[in-house]
Amino acid sequence: MAEYMLALNGVTKIFNKGTQDEKRALDNFSLEVEKGDFITIIGSNGAGKTTLLNAIAGTVETDQGQIIVNDQDVTKWHDFQMARFVSRVFQSPTMGTAGEMTIEENLCMAELRGKRRGLKWGVTKSRRLRYKEVLKVLDLGLEERLKQAVGLLSGGQRQSLTLLMTTLAPPKLLLLDEHTAALDPRTASKVLDLTDTMVRENRLTTLMVTHNMNHALKYGNRMVMLHQGRIQLDIQGDEKKKLTVAEIVAKFGQTLKDETLLSC
Amino acid sequence: MLNIIPISLEQGLAYALVALGIALTFRVLAFPDLTVDGSFPLGGAVAARLIFDGMDPVTSTLIATAAGFVAGYLTGIFATKFKINSLLAGILMMTILYSVNLRIMGRANIPLLNQPTLFTPMESLNMSRDLPVIIFFLVIALVCKFAIDVFLHTEYGLGLRATGDNEEMIRSLGVNTDAATNFGLGVSNAMVALAGALIAQDQGFSDVGMGIGMIVAGLASIIIGEALIKPTTVVRLTLAAAFGSVVYRFIIALGMRMGLAPTDLKLATGVMVVIALAIPAIRGQREKKLNLRGM
Ligand SMILES: Nc1ncnc2c1ncn2[C@@H]1O[C@H](COP(=O)(O)OP(=O)(O)O)[C@@H](O)[C@H]1O
Ligand SMILES: [Mg+2]
Repeated sequence: MAEYMLALNGVTKIFNKGTQDEKRALDNFSLEVEKGDFITIIGSNGAGKTTLLNAIAGTVETDQGQIIVNDQDVTKWHDFQMARFVSRVFQSPTMGTAGEMTIEENLCMAELRGKRRGLKWGVTKSRRLRYKEVLKVLDLGLEERLKQAVGLLSGGQRQSLTLLMTTLAPPKLLLLDEHTAALDPRTASKVLDLTDTMVRENRLTTLMVTHNMNHALKYGNRMVMLHQGRIQLDIQGDEKKKLTVAEIVAKFGQTLKDETLLSC
Repeated sequence: MLNIIPISLEQGLAYALVALGIALTFRVLAFPDLTVDGSFPLGGAVAARLIFDGMDPVTSTLIATAAGFVAGYLTGIFATKFKINSLLAGILMMTILYSVNLRIMGRANIPLLNQPTLFTPMESLNMSRDLPVIIFFLVIALVCKFAIDVFLHTEYGLGLRATGDNEEMIRSLGVNTDAATNFGLGVSNAMVALAGALIAQDQGFSDVGMGIGMIVAGLASIIIGEALIKPTTVVRLTLAAAFGSVVYRFIIALGMRMGLAPTDLKLATGVMVVIALAIPAIRGQREKKLNLRGM
Protein backbone atom coordinates (compact mmCIF):
# COMPACT_ATOMS: atom_id res chain seq x y z
CA MET A 1 0.00 0.00 0.00
CA ALA A 2 3.03 2.19 0.05
CA GLU A 3 2.33 3.40 -3.47
CA TYR A 4 -0.78 5.32 -2.42
CA MET A 5 -0.49 8.99 -1.60
CA LEU A 6 -3.94 8.96 -0.03
CA ALA A 7 -6.19 6.17 1.13
CA LEU A 8 -9.60 6.37 2.75
CA ASN A 9 -10.82 3.14 4.30
CA GLY A 10 -14.49 2.91 5.15
CA VAL A 11 -14.82 6.55 6.19
CA THR A 12 -18.23 7.55 7.50
CA LYS A 13 -19.35 11.03 8.45
CA ILE A 14 -22.77 11.57 9.96
CA PHE A 15 -24.01 15.11 10.59
CA ASN A 16 -26.57 15.77 13.33
CA LYS A 17 -26.33 12.22 14.57
CA GLY A 18 -29.40 10.99 16.41
CA THR A 19 -31.62 13.87 15.35
CA GLN A 20 -34.31 14.24 12.73
CA ASP A 21 -31.78 15.97 10.48
CA GLU A 22 -29.34 13.07 10.59
CA LYS A 23 -27.33 13.01 7.37
CA ARG A 24 -24.77 10.50 6.17
CA ALA A 25 -22.52 12.79 4.18
CA LEU A 26 -19.92 10.06 3.74
CA ASP A 27 -21.10 6.47 3.88
CA ASN A 28 -18.45 3.81 4.38
CA PHE A 29 -16.36 5.66 1.83
CA SER A 30 -13.18 4.14 0.43
CA LEU A 31 -10.81 5.59 -2.12
CA GLU A 32 -7.19 4.97 -3.01
CA VAL A 33 -5.24 7.69 -4.74
CA GLU A 34 -1.91 7.08 -6.37
CA LYS A 35 0.96 9.50 -6.36
CA GLY A 36 0.55 11.93 -9.25
CA ASP A 37 -3.14 11.19 -9.77
CA PHE A 38 -5.27 14.13 -10.90
CA ILE A 39 -8.79 13.11 -9.96
CA THR A 40 -11.86 15.13 -10.84
CA ILE A 41 -14.88 14.69 -8.59
CA ILE A 42 -18.46 15.29 -9.62
CA GLY A 43 -21.82 14.65 -8.03
CA SER A 44 -25.05 16.47 -7.34
CA ASN A 45 -25.51 19.03 -4.60
CA GLY A 46 -25.21 17.40 -1.20
CA ALA A 47 -23.48 14.29 -2.56
CA GLY A 48 -20.69 14.72 -0.02
CA LYS A 49 -17.92 16.20 -2.17
CA THR A 50 -17.06 19.06 0.17
CA THR A 51 -17.32 16.80 3.20
CA LEU A 52 -14.88 14.42 1.55
CA LEU A 53 -12.29 17.17 1.09
CA ASN A 54 -12.96 18.52 4.60
CA ALA A 55 -12.46 15.06 6.07
CA ILE A 56 -9.13 14.68 4.28
CA ALA A 57 -8.01 18.19 5.28
CA GLY A 58 -8.99 17.63 8.90
CA THR A 59 -11.61 20.37 9.15
CA VAL A 60 -14.32 17.75 9.66
CA GLU A 61 -13.98 14.98 12.25
CA THR A 62 -15.04 11.63 10.85
CA ASP A 63 -17.10 9.09 12.77
CA GLN A 64 -15.61 5.90 11.38
CA GLY A 65 -12.86 4.69 9.14
CA GLN A 66 -9.29 5.57 8.54
CA ILE A 67 -7.50 8.19 6.48
CA ILE A 68 -3.92 7.54 5.41
CA VAL A 69 -1.75 10.17 3.77
CA ASN A 70 1.83 9.45 2.75
CA ASP A 71 1.72 6.20 4.78
CA GLN A 72 0.73 7.98 7.97
CA ASP A 73 -2.58 7.54 9.76
CA VAL A 74 -3.91 11.08 9.86
CA THR A 75 -7.49 10.25 10.81
CA LYS A 76 -7.35 12.23 14.05
CA TRP A 77 -5.15 15.07 12.85
CA HIS A 78 -6.32 18.67 13.10
CA ASP A 79 -6.60 20.85 10.02
CA PHE A 80 -3.55 22.93 10.95
CA GLN A 81 -1.51 19.73 11.30
CA MET A 82 -2.68 18.47 7.92
CA ALA A 83 -1.20 21.60 6.38
CA ARG A 84 2.06 19.69 6.29
CA PHE A 85 0.65 17.54 3.48
CA VAL A 86 -2.41 19.30 2.16
CA SER A 87 -2.96 22.52 0.29
CA ARG A 88 -6.45 23.76 -0.49
CA VAL A 89 -8.22 26.19 -2.76
CA PHE A 90 -11.77 26.98 -1.75
CA GLN A 91 -14.77 27.98 -3.81
CA SER A 92 -14.91 31.59 -2.69
CA PRO A 93 -11.88 33.66 -3.76
CA THR A 94 -12.01 35.49 -0.42
CA MET A 95 -11.53 32.26 1.52
CA GLY A 96 -8.06 31.39 0.32
CA THR A 97 -6.31 34.66 1.07
CA ALA A 98 -6.14 37.19 3.90
CA GLY A 99 -7.73 40.30 2.38
CA GLU A 100 -6.27 42.91 4.70
CA MET A 101 -2.75 41.62 4.27
CA THR A 102 -0.49 42.33 1.32
CA ILE A 103 0.17 40.08 -1.65
CA GLU A 104 3.71 39.39 -0.50
CA GLU A 105 2.57 38.62 3.05
CA ASN A 106 0.00 36.15 1.73
CA LEU A 107 2.67 34.50 -0.40
CA CYS A 108 4.98 34.30 2.59
CA MET A 109 2.33 32.64 4.73
CA ALA A 110 1.72 30.13 1.94
CA GLU A 111 5.43 29.44 1.57
CA LEU A 112 5.50 28.59 5.28
CA ARG A 113 2.56 26.19 5.01
CA GLY A 114 3.04 23.37 7.48
CA LYS A 115 6.43 24.66 8.61
CA ARG A 116 7.54 26.06 11.97
CA ARG A 117 6.97 29.79 12.21
CA GLY A 118 9.53 31.56 14.32
CA LEU A 119 10.38 35.13 15.19
CA LYS A 120 12.39 35.57 12.02
CA TRP A 121 11.43 38.41 9.70
CA GLY A 122 8.65 37.26 7.37
CA VAL A 123 8.95 38.87 3.95
CA THR A 124 12.71 39.06 3.53
CA LYS A 125 14.43 40.62 0.53
CA SER A 126 15.24 37.26 -1.01
CA ARG A 127 11.68 36.06 -0.57
CA ARG A 128 10.35 39.24 -2.18
CA LEU A 129 12.59 38.67 -5.20
CA ARG A 130 11.33 35.12 -5.54
CA TYR A 131 7.68 36.25 -5.29
CA LYS A 132 8.26 38.82 -8.01
CA GLU A 133 9.53 36.04 -10.25
CA VAL A 134 6.79 33.52 -9.58
CA LEU A 135 4.04 36.14 -9.90
CA LYS A 136 5.14 36.85 -13.46
CA VAL A 137 3.81 33.41 -14.40
CA LEU A 138 0.29 34.68 -13.79
CA ASP A 139 0.75 37.52 -16.26
CA LEU A 140 -1.59 39.71 -14.21
CA GLY A 141 0.93 42.38 -13.28
CA LEU A 142 0.75 41.39 -9.64
CA GLU A 143 4.55 41.41 -9.42
CA GLU A 144 4.29 45.21 -9.40
CA ARG A 145 1.72 45.21 -6.59
CA LEU A 146 3.48 43.16 -3.92
CA LYS A 147 2.72 45.63 -1.14
CA GLN A 148 -0.96 46.05 -1.94
CA ALA A 149 -3.68 44.45 0.13
CA VAL A 150 -5.11 41.32 -1.48
CA GLY A 151 -8.60 42.68 -0.84
CA LEU A 152 -8.03 45.12 -3.71
CA LEU A 153 -7.78 42.32 -6.27
CA SER A 154 -10.63 40.99 -8.40
CA GLY A 155 -12.06 37.54 -7.74
CA GLY A 156 -10.18 35.99 -10.63
CA GLN A 157 -6.90 37.62 -9.65
CA ARG A 158 -7.39 36.51 -6.08
CA GLN A 159 -8.14 32.92 -7.07
CA SER A 160 -5.12 32.83 -9.40
CA LEU A 161 -3.00 34.10 -6.52
CA THR A 162 -4.41 31.41 -4.24
CA LEU A 163 -3.48 28.77 -6.79
CA LEU A 164 0.01 30.13 -7.09
CA MET A 165 0.28 30.13 -3.29
CA THR A 166 -0.39 26.40 -3.16
CA THR A 167 2.66 25.66 -5.27
CA LEU A 168 5.15 27.85 -3.36
CA ALA A 169 5.61 24.90 -1.05
CA PRO A 170 4.43 21.97 -3.20
CA PRO A 171 1.98 19.85 -1.19
CA LYS A 172 1.63 16.09 -1.13
CA LEU A 173 -2.06 16.63 -1.85
CA LEU A 174 -3.86 19.47 -3.57
CA LEU A 175 -7.58 19.80 -2.81
CA LEU A 176 -9.68 22.03 -5.04
CA ASP A 177 -13.35 22.55 -4.19
CA GLU A 178 -15.24 24.13 -7.09
CA HIS A 179 -12.52 26.73 -7.11
CA THR A 180 -13.73 28.31 -10.34
CA ALA A 181 -17.45 28.25 -9.57
CA ALA A 182 -17.53 31.85 -8.34
CA LEU A 183 -15.76 33.22 -11.42
CA ASP A 184 -17.16 34.35 -14.75
CA PRO A 185 -16.76 31.70 -17.50
CA ARG A 186 -13.77 33.33 -19.18
CA THR A 187 -11.85 33.85 -15.95
CA ALA A 188 -12.88 30.38 -14.83
CA SER A 189 -11.36 28.72 -17.87
CA LYS A 190 -8.16 30.76 -17.49
CA VAL A 191 -7.87 29.71 -13.84
CA LEU A 192 -8.58 26.10 -14.81
CA ASP A 193 -5.85 26.10 -17.42
CA LEU A 194 -3.52 27.58 -14.85
CA THR A 195 -4.53 24.81 -12.48
CA ASP A 196 -3.82 22.17 -15.07
CA THR A 197 -0.40 23.63 -15.84
CA MET A 198 0.57 23.86 -12.20
CA VAL A 199 -0.62 20.38 -11.39
CA ARG A 200 1.35 18.93 -14.30
CA GLU A 201 4.51 20.94 -13.77
CA ASN A 202 4.69 20.11 -10.08
CA ARG A 203 3.30 16.57 -10.53
CA LEU A 204 0.81 17.31 -7.74
CA THR A 205 -1.54 14.62 -6.51
CA THR A 206 -4.83 16.44 -6.89
CA LEU A 207 -8.51 16.08 -6.08
CA MET A 208 -10.61 18.61 -7.95
CA VAL A 209 -14.31 18.98 -7.26
CA THR A 210 -16.26 20.56 -10.10
CA HIS A 211 -19.90 20.78 -11.05
CA ASN A 212 -18.99 21.12 -14.68
CA MET A 213 -18.95 17.73 -16.39
CA ASN A 214 -16.99 18.97 -19.37
CA HIS A 215 -14.24 20.10 -17.03
CA ALA A 216 -14.42 16.83 -15.12
CA LEU A 217 -13.85 14.92 -18.35
CA LYS A 218 -11.30 17.28 -19.85
CA TYR A 219 -8.94 17.47 -16.91
CA GLY A 220 -7.20 14.80 -14.93
CA ASN A 221 -6.52 11.11 -15.42
CA ARG A 222 -9.36 9.78 -13.30
CA MET A 223 -12.93 10.82 -12.52
CA VAL A 224 -14.99 9.89 -9.49
CA MET A 225 -18.71 10.49 -9.23
CA LEU A 226 -20.29 10.73 -5.79
CA HIS A 227 -23.85 10.07 -4.80
CA GLN A 228 -25.22 10.09 -1.25
CA GLY A 229 -21.80 9.78 0.29
CA ARG A 230 -20.70 6.88 -1.86
CA ILE A 231 -18.80 6.38 -5.10
CA GLN A 232 -21.18 5.82 -7.98
CA LEU A 233 -18.68 5.82 -10.80
CA ASP A 234 -14.90 5.60 -10.85
CA ILE A 235 -13.15 5.60 -14.20
CA GLN A 236 -9.66 6.37 -15.37
CA GLY A 237 -7.21 6.29 -18.24
CA ASP A 238 -8.48 5.54 -21.72
CA GLU A 239 -11.91 4.67 -20.43
CA LYS A 240 -12.22 8.19 -19.05
CA LYS A 241 -10.86 9.76 -22.23
CA LYS A 242 -13.51 8.02 -24.30
CA LEU A 243 -16.40 8.90 -22.03
CA THR A 244 -18.73 11.71 -23.12
CA VAL A 245 -21.05 13.96 -21.20
CA ALA A 246 -23.99 12.48 -23.09
CA GLU A 247 -23.13 8.99 -21.90
CA ILE A 248 -22.93 10.12 -18.30
CA VAL A 249 -26.23 11.92 -18.57
CA ALA A 250 -27.90 8.92 -20.17
CA LYS A 251 -26.67 6.65 -17.42
CA PHE A 252 -26.83 8.85 -14.35
CA GLY A 253 -29.24 11.60 -15.33
CA GLN A 254 -31.55 10.45 -12.54
CA THR A 255 -29.13 11.30 -9.79
CA LEU A 256 -27.53 14.34 -11.37
CA LYS A 257 -30.53 16.55 -11.52
CA ASP A 258 -29.22 19.99 -10.75
CA GLU A 259 -26.46 22.38 -11.73
CA THR A 260 -24.22 19.53 -12.79
CA LEU A 261 -26.61 18.84 -15.64
CA LEU A 262 -27.29 22.46 -16.36
CA SER A 263 -23.62 23.10 -16.87
CA CYS A 264 -23.25 20.75 -19.83
CA MET B 1 -4.84 76.06 28.04
CA LEU B 2 -1.08 75.57 27.80
CA ASN B 3 -0.78 73.91 31.18
CA ILE B 4 -3.01 71.02 30.15
CA ILE B 5 -0.47 70.01 27.51
CA PRO B 6 2.10 68.39 29.83
CA ILE B 7 -0.51 66.43 31.77
CA SER B 8 -2.28 65.29 28.57
CA LEU B 9 1.04 64.24 27.08
CA GLU B 10 2.05 62.34 30.18
CA GLN B 11 -1.27 60.55 30.50
CA GLY B 12 -1.72 60.05 26.78
CA LEU B 13 1.69 58.42 26.42
CA ALA B 14 1.19 56.32 29.55
CA TYR B 15 -2.21 55.08 28.41
CA ALA B 16 -0.87 54.58 24.87
CA LEU B 17 0.23 51.13 26.06
CA VAL B 18 -3.40 50.32 26.82
CA ALA B 19 -4.50 51.56 23.40
CA LEU B 20 -1.75 49.48 21.77
CA GLY B 21 -2.90 46.41 23.67
CA ILE B 22 -6.51 46.98 22.67
CA ALA B 23 -5.50 47.56 19.04
CA LEU B 24 -3.73 44.20 19.10
CA THR B 25 -6.83 42.32 20.25
CA PHE B 26 -9.71 44.28 18.70
CA ARG B 27 -8.02 45.23 15.47
CA VAL B 28 -5.34 42.67 14.70
CA LEU B 29 -6.84 39.53 16.26
CA ALA B 30 -10.43 40.74 15.76
CA PHE B 31 -11.04 39.48 19.28
CA PRO B 32 -13.13 41.82 21.48
CA ASP B 33 -11.11 41.32 24.65
CA LEU B 34 -12.62 42.92 27.75
CA THR B 35 -9.97 41.54 30.13
CA VAL B 36 -8.32 44.97 30.03
CA ASP B 37 -10.51 46.46 32.78
CA GLY B 38 -9.09 43.77 35.07
CA SER B 39 -5.54 43.38 33.77
CA PHE B 40 -4.80 47.10 34.09
CA PRO B 41 -5.43 47.19 37.87
CA LEU B 42 -3.78 43.75 38.06
CA GLY B 43 -0.55 45.33 36.87
CA GLY B 44 -0.99 48.11 39.41
CA ALA B 45 -1.82 45.69 42.20
CA VAL B 46 1.10 43.33 41.61
CA ALA B 47 3.64 46.14 41.23
CA ALA B 48 2.34 48.07 44.26
CA ARG B 49 2.21 45.04 46.49
CA LEU B 50 5.72 43.89 45.56
CA ILE B 51 7.20 47.36 45.91
CA PHE B 52 5.37 47.83 49.19
CA ASP B 53 6.84 44.55 50.40
CA GLY B 54 10.33 45.78 49.55
CA MET B 55 11.07 44.40 46.09
CA ASP B 56 12.93 46.65 43.69
CA PRO B 57 10.65 48.53 41.27
CA VAL B 58 12.13 47.12 38.05
CA THR B 59 11.58 43.49 39.01
CA SER B 60 8.16 44.34 40.44
CA THR B 61 7.14 45.96 37.16
CA LEU B 62 8.36 42.99 35.15
CA ILE B 63 6.43 40.55 37.34
CA ALA B 64 3.32 42.73 37.01
CA THR B 65 3.71 42.59 33.24
CA ALA B 66 4.00 38.80 33.33
CA ALA B 67 0.85 38.62 35.47
CA GLY B 68 -0.99 40.53 32.73
CA PHE B 69 0.23 38.00 30.17
CA VAL B 70 -1.15 35.14 32.25
CA ALA B 71 -4.52 36.88 32.65
CA GLY B 72 -4.84 37.48 28.91
CA TYR B 73 -3.71 33.96 28.10
CA LEU B 74 -6.36 32.54 30.43
CA THR B 75 -9.07 34.62 28.73
CA GLY B 76 -7.84 33.03 25.52
CA ILE B 77 -8.14 29.55 27.04
CA PHE B 78 -11.72 30.35 28.12
CA ALA B 79 -12.61 31.36 24.58
CA THR B 80 -10.62 28.89 22.47
CA LYS B 81 -10.50 25.77 24.63
CA PHE B 82 -13.75 26.06 26.59
CA LYS B 83 -15.55 27.66 23.62
CA ILE B 84 -16.95 30.48 25.77
CA ASN B 85 -18.12 33.46 23.73
CA SER B 86 -15.23 35.88 23.40
CA LEU B 87 -17.01 38.81 25.05
CA LEU B 88 -18.16 36.67 27.96
CA ALA B 89 -14.67 35.17 28.36
CA GLY B 90 -13.26 38.67 28.88
CA ILE B 91 -16.05 39.69 31.25
CA LEU B 92 -15.49 36.53 33.30
CA MET B 93 -11.77 37.20 33.54
CA MET B 94 -12.37 40.84 34.40
CA THR B 95 -14.73 39.82 37.21
CA ILE B 96 -12.38 37.15 38.51
CA LEU B 97 -9.51 39.64 38.48
CA TYR B 98 -11.44 42.05 40.68
CA SER B 99 -11.24 39.57 43.56
CA VAL B 100 -7.73 38.54 42.62
CA ASN B 101 -6.56 42.16 42.70
CA LEU B 102 -8.10 42.68 46.13
CA ARG B 103 -6.36 39.52 47.33
CA ILE B 104 -3.04 40.65 45.93
CA MET B 105 -3.26 44.07 47.54
CA GLY B 106 -4.95 42.86 50.73
CA ARG B 107 -7.04 46.02 50.66
CA ALA B 108 -8.60 48.36 48.11
CA ASN B 109 -5.70 50.81 47.90
CA ILE B 110 -1.92 50.72 48.41
CA PRO B 111 -0.11 54.06 48.69
CA LEU B 112 3.42 54.21 47.28
CA LEU B 113 4.32 57.72 48.32
CA ASN B 114 7.22 56.77 50.54
CA GLN B 115 8.38 53.82 48.48
CA PRO B 116 11.14 53.79 45.89
CA THR B 117 9.52 53.56 42.44
CA LEU B 118 10.74 53.75 38.85
CA PHE B 119 10.08 57.47 39.10
CA THR B 120 12.12 58.15 42.22
CA PRO B 121 15.32 58.89 40.27
CA MET B 122 13.46 61.48 38.17
CA GLU B 123 12.18 63.20 41.26
CA SER B 124 15.67 63.64 42.65
CA LEU B 125 16.73 65.56 39.53
CA ASN B 126 17.11 69.24 40.05
CA MET B 127 14.09 70.16 37.93
CA SER B 128 10.34 69.66 37.56
CA ARG B 129 9.51 65.97 37.14
CA ASP B 130 7.16 66.69 34.21
CA LEU B 131 9.67 66.56 31.41
CA PRO B 132 11.62 63.44 32.46
CA VAL B 133 8.38 61.60 33.13
CA ILE B 134 6.99 62.54 29.72
CA ILE B 135 10.22 61.44 28.05
CA PHE B 136 10.13 58.19 30.03
CA PHE B 137 6.59 57.36 28.89
CA LEU B 138 7.40 58.45 25.34
CA VAL B 139 10.33 56.05 25.21
CA ILE B 140 8.28 53.19 26.68
CA ALA B 141 5.41 53.82 24.24
CA LEU B 142 7.76 54.01 21.26
CA VAL B 143 9.61 50.86 22.28
CA CYS B 144 6.32 48.96 22.66
CA LYS B 145 4.96 50.28 19.37
CA PHE B 146 8.16 49.36 17.58
CA ALA B 147 8.26 45.92 19.19
CA ILE B 148 4.68 45.18 18.07
CA ASP B 149 5.44 46.44 14.57
CA VAL B 150 8.41 44.10 14.28
CA PHE B 151 6.59 41.18 15.93
CA LEU B 152 3.66 41.46 13.53
CA HIS B 153 6.04 41.25 10.56
CA THR B 154 7.77 38.08 11.72
CA GLU B 155 6.75 34.68 10.41
CA TYR B 156 4.78 34.05 13.60
CA GLY B 157 3.34 37.55 13.56
CA LEU B 158 2.00 37.11 10.03
CA GLY B 159 0.14 34.03 11.23
CA LEU B 160 -1.25 36.00 14.16
CA ARG B 161 -2.54 38.73 11.87
CA ALA B 162 -4.09 36.20 9.52
CA THR B 163 -5.80 34.62 12.53
CA GLY B 164 -7.77 37.84 12.86
CA ASP B 165 -8.17 38.32 9.11
CA ASN B 166 -9.03 34.88 7.76
CA GLU B 167 -8.90 32.18 10.39
CA GLU B 168 -9.95 29.31 8.13
CA MET B 169 -7.28 30.16 5.57
CA ILE B 170 -4.40 30.40 8.00
CA ARG B 171 -5.42 27.17 9.74
CA SER B 172 -5.26 25.47 6.36
CA LEU B 173 -1.73 26.85 6.11
CA GLY B 174 -0.74 25.25 9.39
CA VAL B 175 -1.25 27.85 12.12
CA ASN B 176 -2.90 26.68 15.33
CA THR B 177 -5.12 29.73 15.56
CA ASP B 178 -6.24 28.90 19.10
CA ALA B 179 -2.66 29.03 20.30
CA ALA B 180 -2.04 32.22 18.31
CA THR B 181 -5.13 33.83 19.83
CA ASN B 182 -4.09 32.89 23.36
CA PHE B 183 -0.61 34.21 22.84
CA GLY B 184 -1.85 37.45 21.29
CA LEU B 185 -4.23 38.03 24.18
CA GLY B 186 -1.33 37.38 26.55
CA VAL B 187 0.89 39.95 24.85
CA SER B 188 -1.91 42.50 24.75
CA ASN B 189 -2.72 42.19 28.44
CA ALA B 190 0.95 42.12 29.37
CA MET B 191 1.21 45.58 27.84
CA VAL B 192 -1.94 46.72 29.60
CA ALA B 193 -0.63 45.43 32.94
CA LEU B 194 2.68 47.18 32.29
CA ALA B 195 0.70 50.40 31.86
CA GLY B 196 -1.11 49.70 35.15
CA ALA B 197 2.17 49.08 36.96
CA LEU B 198 3.78 52.26 35.59
CA ILE B 199 0.76 54.47 36.17
CA ALA B 200 0.34 53.23 39.75
CA GLN B 201 3.95 54.16 40.44
CA ASP B 202 3.59 57.50 38.67
CA GLN B 203 0.48 58.54 40.57
CA GLY B 204 1.80 57.13 43.84
CA PHE B 205 -0.86 54.55 44.58
CA SER B 206 -2.65 51.50 43.25
CA ASP B 207 -6.41 51.29 43.50
CA VAL B 208 -8.67 48.33 42.82
CA GLY B 209 -11.02 50.56 40.84
CA MET B 210 -8.41 52.10 38.56
CA GLY B 211 -9.32 49.90 35.60
CA ILE B 212 -12.98 50.81 35.29
CA GLY B 213 -13.76 52.10 31.81
CA MET B 214 -10.28 51.33 30.51
CA ILE B 215 -11.55 49.49 27.42
CA VAL B 216 -13.93 52.24 26.43
CA ALA B 217 -11.23 54.86 26.88
CA GLY B 218 -8.85 52.73 24.83
CA LEU B 219 -11.41 52.24 22.08
CA ALA B 220 -12.08 55.98 22.03
CA SER B 221 -8.34 56.56 21.63
CA ILE B 222 -8.11 54.10 18.76
CA ILE B 223 -11.14 55.54 16.98
CA ILE B 224 -9.78 59.08 17.29
CA GLY B 225 -6.34 57.93 16.16
CA GLU B 226 -7.71 56.07 13.15
CA ALA B 227 -9.72 59.12 12.12
CA LEU B 228 -6.47 61.10 12.00
CA ILE B 229 -4.13 58.39 10.70
CA LYS B 230 -5.74 55.89 8.34
CA PRO B 231 -4.58 52.48 9.59
CA THR B 232 -3.69 50.95 6.23
CA THR B 233 -0.64 49.15 7.62
CA VAL B 234 0.44 47.73 10.96
CA VAL B 235 2.88 50.59 11.44
CA ARG B 236 0.11 53.13 10.92
CA LEU B 237 -2.32 51.19 13.11
CA THR B 238 -0.02 51.23 16.13
CA LEU B 239 0.86 54.86 15.45
CA ALA B 240 -2.84 55.69 15.31
CA ALA B 241 -3.46 53.94 18.64
CA ALA B 242 -0.61 55.71 20.43
CA PHE B 243 -1.31 59.10 18.89
CA GLY B 244 -5.05 58.70 19.45
CA SER B 245 -4.39 58.09 23.12
CA VAL B 246 -2.60 61.43 23.44
CA VAL B 247 -5.33 63.28 21.54
CA TYR B 248 -8.02 61.59 23.63
CA ARG B 249 -6.38 62.66 26.90
CA PHE B 250 -6.01 66.15 25.52
CA ILE B 251 -9.71 66.30 24.63
CA ILE B 252 -10.63 65.03 28.09
CA ALA B 253 -8.37 67.58 29.79
CA LEU B 254 -9.87 70.29 27.62
CA GLY B 255 -13.37 69.12 28.52
CA MET B 256 -12.57 69.24 32.22
CA ARG B 257 -11.07 72.69 31.81
CA MET B 258 -14.35 73.78 30.26
CA GLY B 259 -16.35 72.46 33.17
CA LEU B 260 -16.85 68.76 32.55
CA ALA B 261 -17.16 67.06 35.95
CA PRO B 262 -14.63 64.23 36.48
CA THR B 263 -17.55 61.99 37.36
CA ASP B 264 -19.06 62.56 33.92
CA LEU B 265 -15.89 61.49 32.14
CA LYS B 266 -16.99 57.95 31.40
CA LEU B 267 -20.35 59.20 30.16
CA ALA B 268 -18.62 61.57 27.78
CA THR B 269 -16.18 58.90 26.57
CA GLY B 270 -18.93 56.34 26.14
CA VAL B 271 -21.06 58.73 24.12
CA MET B 272 -18.02 59.58 22.01
CA VAL B 273 -17.48 55.90 21.13
CA VAL B 274 -21.19 55.33 20.45
CA ILE B 275 -21.29 58.30 18.08
CA ALA B 276 -18.16 57.17 16.27
CA LEU B 277 -19.56 53.66 15.84
CA ALA B 278 -22.99 54.99 14.87
CA ILE B 279 -21.87 57.29 12.08
CA PRO B 280 -21.40 54.55 9.46
CA ALA B 281 -24.73 52.96 10.40
CA ILE B 282 -26.57 56.28 10.28
CA ARG B 283 -25.02 57.07 6.93
CA GLY B 284 -26.54 53.80 5.80
CA GLN B 285 -23.21 52.12 5.24
CA ARG B 286 -23.35 48.41 5.76
CA GLU B 287 -19.66 48.29 6.56
CA LYS B 288 -19.07 47.35 10.17
CA LYS B 289 -16.68 49.56 12.07
CA LEU B 290 -15.68 46.80 14.42
CA ASN B 291 -15.42 43.60 12.46
CA LEU B 292 -14.99 41.02 15.19
CA ARG B 293 -14.81 37.26 15.40
CA GLY B 294 -17.41 35.30 17.30
CA MET B 295 -20.02 38.07 17.13
N1 LIG C 1 -21.80 21.25 8.87
C1 LIG C 1 -22.86 20.50 8.47
N2 LIG C 1 -23.89 20.28 9.30
C2 LIG C 1 -24.94 19.54 8.90
N3 LIG C 1 -25.05 18.97 7.70
C3 LIG C 1 -24.05 19.16 6.82
C4 LIG C 1 -22.90 19.94 7.16
N4 LIG C 1 -22.06 19.94 6.10
C5 LIG C 1 -22.67 19.22 5.15
N5 LIG C 1 -23.85 18.74 5.57
C6 LIG C 1 -24.75 17.87 4.81
O1 LIG C 1 -24.02 16.79 4.32
C7 LIG C 1 -24.38 16.50 2.97
C8 LIG C 1 -23.18 16.60 2.08
O2 LIG C 1 -22.80 17.96 1.98
P1 LIG C 1 -21.57 18.46 1.12
O3 LIG C 1 -20.40 17.59 1.40
O4 LIG C 1 -21.40 19.90 1.36
O5 LIG C 1 -22.09 18.20 -0.36
P2 LIG C 1 -21.51 18.69 -1.74
O6 LIG C 1 -20.25 19.44 -1.51
O7 LIG C 1 -21.33 17.45 -2.53
O8 LIG C 1 -22.57 19.54 -2.34
C9 LIG C 1 -25.48 17.50 2.62
O9 LIG C 1 -26.71 16.87 2.80
C10 LIG C 1 -25.31 18.59 3.61
O10 LIG C 1 -26.56 19.18 3.90
MG1 LIG D 1 -19.70 21.46 -1.97
